[in-house]
Parts: sequence; C-alpha cells; structure tokens
Amino acid sequence: MTAASTPPMIRMAGVDKFFGPLHVLKDVQLEVPKGQVVVVLGPSGSGKSTLCRTINRLEPIDSGTIEVDGQPLPAEGKELARLRADVGMVFQSFNLFAHKTIVENVMLAPVKVRKTAAAEARKTAMELLERVGIANQAEKFPAQLSGGQQQRAAIARALAMRPKVMLFDEPTSALDPEMVQEVLDVMTTLAKEGMTMLVVTHEMGFARKAANRVIFMSDGEIVEDSTPEEFFSAPKSNRAKDFLGKILTH
Amino acid sequence: MSVLTNNLDLFLSGFGTTLRLFLISGVLSLVLGTILAMLRVSPVPVFRAVGTTYVTVVRNTPLTLVFVFFVFAYPYLEIIKFDFFTSAVVALTLYTSAFICEVVRSGINTVPIGQAEASRALGLTFGQMLSNIVLPQAMRSVVPPMVSTLIALLKNTTVAAGFSVAEAGRIRDALSEQGENVLVGLLWVAAGFIILVMPLTLLQRILEKRWSVAR
Repeated sequence: MTAASTPPMIRMAGVDKFFGPLHVLKDVQLEVPKGQVVVVLGPSGSGKSTLCRTINRLEPIDSGTIEVDGQPLPAEGKELARLRADVGMVFQSFNLFAHKTIVENVMLAPVKVRKTAAAEARKTAMELLERVGIANQAEKFPAQLSGGQQQRAAIARALAMRPKVMLFDEPTSALDPEMVQEVLDVMTTLAKEGMTMLVVTHEMGFARKAANRVIFMSDGEIVEDSTPEEFFSAPKSNRAKDFLGKILTH
Repeated sequence: MSVLTNNLDLFLSGFGTTLRLFLISGVLSLVLGTILAMLRVSPVPVFRAVGTTYVTVVRNTPLTLVFVFFVFAYPYLEIIKFDFFTSAVVALTLYTSAFICEVVRSGINTVPIGQAEASRALGLTFGQMLSNIVLPQAMRSVVPPMVSTLIALLKNTTVAAGFSVAEAGRIRDALSEQGENVLVGLLWVAAGFIILVMPLTLLQRILEKRWSVAR
C-alpha cells in the first residue's frame, strides 16, 4: 500500500469558504487516508460543521480543491449525485424522511439510486437495522422513535449505500444524554470495522476511544492535527488548551 | 320542486357537463400546477423565471378574460381548432394551475431543508428528491388550501356557461326560455353545487386524518 497507488479518501487543499463577509474556512489542508477515523473538535462557530459539509458539497467552497477517493468534486448535477452516493452522511437532526417508515428510509436510496431490487434492498435494510439494534422498529415512522433510535436508523440509511467514507456532523448533539451512548456504540463498532470516518463531535470519550487522529479547529483554521493521546495530554496551541480547559473541568 | 322534476334532464345534463369540466381541468391543473411549482423551486434560474412569469401573468388575469381569449381570440391564431368544451377546459386549466402552483410551492416551503439535504447526501438527483421526498410531504401539508382551490375551480366552471358550454350555469337560460320560475331554478342549481362540493370536503377530511400521522 504505497501513497502513490492509493489516493487519500479525502483530500482538501487550500480550501476557502465565505458566508458573506465571514471567512469560515481559511486555507484548509487535510488528507484522510483510507480506514482512518478522524475526529474534528473545536468551539462552536469554528467551521468544523462547514468543513464536514463541504466534503460532499452540501456547502460549495469558494476556492481550493476537494477530492474524494482521488476524484475532484464535480459541479452540481448527475455526477455529483453519483459521488454523494458513495459518501455517507449523518446529520445532527437525523433528517429521516418523515413520511416513510424506518425500513423504507433505509431502502429508498439503494432502490432509487443504485437500482437494487426492492426485495433485496429490504433484506439488506433489515440486516442493517438489526446491526444497529432497531430491527423491531422497522415498520414505524421516524416520529414514533426516540432520538437515539432515529439517529441509529439514519446511520443504517447511510450504510445501506455501502459508502467508502462516512461523515458525521455532530451526530449526538441533538440527543438526550441517556441516548448518546447507544449511538456512539454503533459508531465505535463501525470504526473498528475499518470504515473511513470524519466525525464532528463534542464527545471527548469517543475521540479518545475510537479516533486515530484529532483535528482541532478554531476560527476556520485547522490549529492542531495529532493523535488523541497527544491532543488531550499535551495540546500545543493556546487555543486548544483554552478549549480543553473549558470542557474538561466540568 | 316541480321546476326540478319537470326539467330533470336539463339539470342532469347541465351538472354532468359541469362535472366533466371539473374533473378534466382538475386533473390537468394538478399536473400542470405541480410542474410549475417544480419550476419555481428549481436551481436553474431560467426555469424559475418561467414559473414566476406564468404565475404573475395568469393569476392576475380575470378568468373571464382567459375564456374570452381562448374562445374568441385564439381561433384567429389558427393553430389547432378547439370546440367550446375543449376551450373551456384549456382556459380553466391554465387559470387554476397558477393557483395550484402557489399552493404546492407553499407546501414545498414547509418541508424542512434537512429532508432535501439528506436526499442529496444519499445521491438522489433533484428530480428524485422532489418526487420521492419533498412533494409527497408538501402535498400532505396543503390539503385544506388545495381542496379550496379545487372547490373554486368547480364553481368557476360556471363561467363556461357564458361561452356556449351547456353546463350548470346555463340551466337558468334554458329555464327562462321555457317560462319556468327562474328564481327557484337557481336555488336548485345552488343546491346542486353544494352537493357536488360535499365529496371534496369529505375527501379533505379523510386526507387530513390519514396523513396527520406522518410527522
């Protein structure tokens, strides 16, 4: 496995992004090799969610390049849709399709995008729901499930497309505290199975346990890029020390 | 009562035409209105402009004028010849679809942006996202105004009476020629419309109840 033959799963180079006058991503450089689990930390407003959303172009960027598995992000259209099909995404607010049952949520994209036969898609969907522990909720509507169950369903929905990489945009931030763990357990298992993951989160426990690498962002810049051990025991920058001081003392 | 029983054929054929006008233009308006709404939310600026212009022009034109155009002016263009009934269907469809478009669009606006983002993130195309995710949810939230628009269409069909289409609005003329009591006749026409509208109201109630569980 040489660097030349296998491109990184995600490559961002010189990425800049503005919201009006606000410079939300400043010259971001990032490479995520296959199989790596990267946790992105940072105070709110630091641009970490935006970073995550630019990778499948839910947020377009103003300059720079982003490549997924060696392929530059195409412009909006059929080709971008094809690329997005290979990039799983889990949102803070779950975003399950409200008018479809849980199993229909998981089946939809394989049937519509991958053109999988409905019976086969249903079988795979049930296996995935089994895996995230909510197979017994398959015929319910999203609103009938707890937040933790909804988020696990959303993870199953993303996995149904057999993505090359998974993006998690604050997957536990909208959950009641007692439901956070069930979602993190699913994510930890996924990480152990070798899935390439980029996780924006505030869950330090998950970062310590499952991450290969921690990225700390502040004011739109990547300030630190190190292993979890290094980051939590000996952060280099003052901004990271300040951040850790605030969240680890209480 | 004798006004109704003596002229039952007249009433039945009149309301029959009304119903046909309503059903055909209703279905066509729903289709065209939905297409227009899709244009209005499209990411392509030209499509949006087409949708917006259509709604602005057609919604702001009185229905009678739309009829006058299709019955009197349009034949001079010598494109395809329409009979009066077809002209009425075209006029009603073009007019009503502008309203349906706005109802559907307001429905689309009630669907949380996250639903669209999740569809895009899964690799659905814009068309797939609209037809599988956004429109089904949009329609659920606009049942009452949608039914109101259809009721308005049902009653607007009477405008066709003024343009040689023998529908319910025409019954009065026929009654007056026969020397019947026109006032009583009109009351029966009104009653007929109330009866026609009832199933629509019922449909609204059923759809609202069935779709309320989804969210």
